[in-house]
Amino acid sequence: MSLLTVRDLWVSFHTADGLVQAVRGVSFDVQPGQTLGIVGESGSGKTVCTQTLIGLVPGADVRGQAFFDGHDLLTMRPAELRAVRGARIATIFQDPLSSLHPLYRVGWQIAEMIQAHRNVTRRAARTRAVELLEMVGIPHAVRRIDDYPHQFSGGMRQRVMIAMALALEPELIIADEPTTALDATVQAQIIDLLRRLRDEFGTALVMITHDLGVVADVADEVLVMYGGRVVESAGRRPIYYEPHHPYTKGLLESIPGAAGTSGELRPIPGQPPSMIAVPEGCAFHPRCRYTMGRCMVDQPDLHPVGPGHRSACWLPGRLLGFGDQVEAERVAAAREVGA
Amino acid sequence: MSGDVMLRLDNVVKHFPIRRGALVRRQIGAVRAVDGVSLEVRRGETLGLVGETGCGKSTLARCVTRLQPLTSGTVEFDGRDVSALSRRALRPLRREVQMIFQDPYGALNPRRRVGSIIGDPFAIHGIADGQERKRLVQDLMALVGLNPEHYNRFPADFSGGQRQRIGVARALALRPALVVCDEPVSALDVSIQAQILNLLSDLQQSLGLTYVFIAHDLSVVEHVSDRVAVMYLGRIVELADAGELYARPRHPYSAALLSAASIADLDMADRRERIVLTGDVPSPVAPPAGCHFHPRCPKAQAICVREAPKLVAREGDRSTHRTACHFPVVPGDDLTGGPASVGGAVDGGD
Repeated sequence: MSLLTVRDLWVSFHTADGLVQAVRGVSFDVQPGQTLGIVGESGSGKTVCTQTLIGLVPGADVRGQAFFDGHDLLTMRPAELRAVRGARIATIFQDPLSSLHPLYRVGWQIAEMIQAHRNVTRRAARTRAVELLEMVGIPHAVRRIDDYPHQFSGGMRQRVMIAMALALEPELIIADEPTTALDATVQAQIIDLLRRLRDEFGTALVMITHDLGVVADVADEVLVMYGGRVVESAGRRPIYYEPHHPYTKGLLESIPGAAGTSGELRPIPGQPPSMIAVPEGCAFHPRCRYTMGRCMVDQPDLHPVGPGHRSACWLPGRLLGFGDQVEAERVAAAREVGA
Repeated sequence: MSGDVMLRLDNVVKHFPIRRGALVRRQIGAVRAVDGVSLEVRRGETLGLVGETGCGKSTLARCVTRLQPLTSGTVEFDGRDVSALSRRALRPLRREVQMIFQDPYGALNPRRRVGSIIGDPFAIHGIADGQERKRLVQDLMALVGLNPEHYNRFPADFSGGQRQRIGVARALALRPALVVCDEPVSALDVSIQAQILNLLSDLQQSLGLTYVFIAHDLSVVEHVSDRVAVMYLGRIVELADAGELYARPRHPYSAALLSAASIADLDMADRRERIVLTGDVPSPVAPPAGCHFHPRCPKAQAICVREAPKLVAREGDRSTHRTACHFPVVPGDDLTGGPASVGGAVDGGD
């Protein structure tokens, strides 16, 4: 059984500028021990989507279902959700400095979180905090536990956040751009650590990122989001070598050195849509190379285009991957269907 | 690409003093941001500059463009020493050397119209005004892919990518010979990044520009650069043609940095051996003695603690491939074992 099952999730916010439709019908599953990568650019809805699951979107209109271990997170009473959040679903945020309280020592913050969920003494919680800091590779943990967040470097702070996330041995960790604020070599350390912990404890991991390189390093399954919807979902291999959706393909062709591409950058023209006025039909159609008449009125749903590979695009399912041949076939197909 | 040198840096040093004391401010130390950099940039090339936060790459850029005075050393532009010029004497240099900044939000005054922002260089240098200036500005806007009719809009009306185009237009107004790009795409989304990278390369070809391109994204730097310099704690540790550096890094730090880069290519990602460095970059206030990298280096030996290696071509390398390392990486080296213990200076902490 899936650990997390999200079905037809819709999230919108009322703002002064109008109704922001941040998430527009997202469904996905996370299996126990699996790592799911969610990729998308700013405003694609990837963060809102996961924050909704743990009740961090006050004031939003939320529709849909999100079953965690059989219980719907979206209809839980606040007390029930508090028992799940932190203990069974932990979150690691992008910016470790603003997620830690600057006026409390890190050890105190970890211990407090343990005591909030478990009936243990302060001393036991503190011992556990030292253990956790050692586990995530903070040198001289016994000494560092009484330091304040500002006394740690960016990479070390992110380790503290990971220690805190692991404190109650959660079944699911949601990591929202955990390495974006970090330098390359530190990013490598943190990804290494996440992989090691996942293998050791069998924790499921949802990794949200804009960096397709990070996803290549950790994910088993990848969701690509655009305009508040999932446009493609596949195992890590098909996403990189046989993308179907023109957005996924465009994203890869925008990255220097991505697999399968020719080496020349082919940027996606235009900009991501405003979530207040999302384009009719397929949200990607104003930027798409293969737009057909149908794309402007009819929104495609995810449908299978290969084993474990689904795409929300009207192009024929057999046209996967890169290369001049496929490219010509896509253009031809678009013209044919469009006529 | 012709081989003549446009910009020559000789032992450039930039230290920021740390002062303490209320009445008598005494200097108690210095942040050694740039610590003796010698470098040449050839006409028409793109020189990439990579390194992690705090390695001094942006400070170096500000020294090159003389936005900051140097502590010591010389910067020669087209054969003229510009390192000691006064603000007034620098004016002609400003026409030749321009800069594009990282943050397209912070680099544009939100209360001024785009046309007047891009037209500033013409006003400051007394080149054109009135209708003539407007025409030049609109030409520039068209050149960088903005709609010239948006002349009267404010920066807030533009997206991040468009703002970066405004920054590019402003930098190109005076037809500079050298443009220093300081992380020009790191604030942008992936699909927009590629638009700006292609724009910069088109402009380089049509206008014959020379770029110094600073970024922390290693794949971006590889894509745009002819040669690449790797910086660590204020010094250049390796300098080589881009292809050669990425294929065969000689400095253990370059090797680790490249192995840590995230690449959107599964086979490459699976095949490569990650060299995970332990600990953090030491403080530039008190950098380690000898080679700055020795406390984290898997190949360090006693001499590395005593003596800073020179940036020269090492055995077996072409003269264009220079490495500041006593024991450069050779094929078959295992660098994954963590730092070699020398001189007792190894500390995994920060």
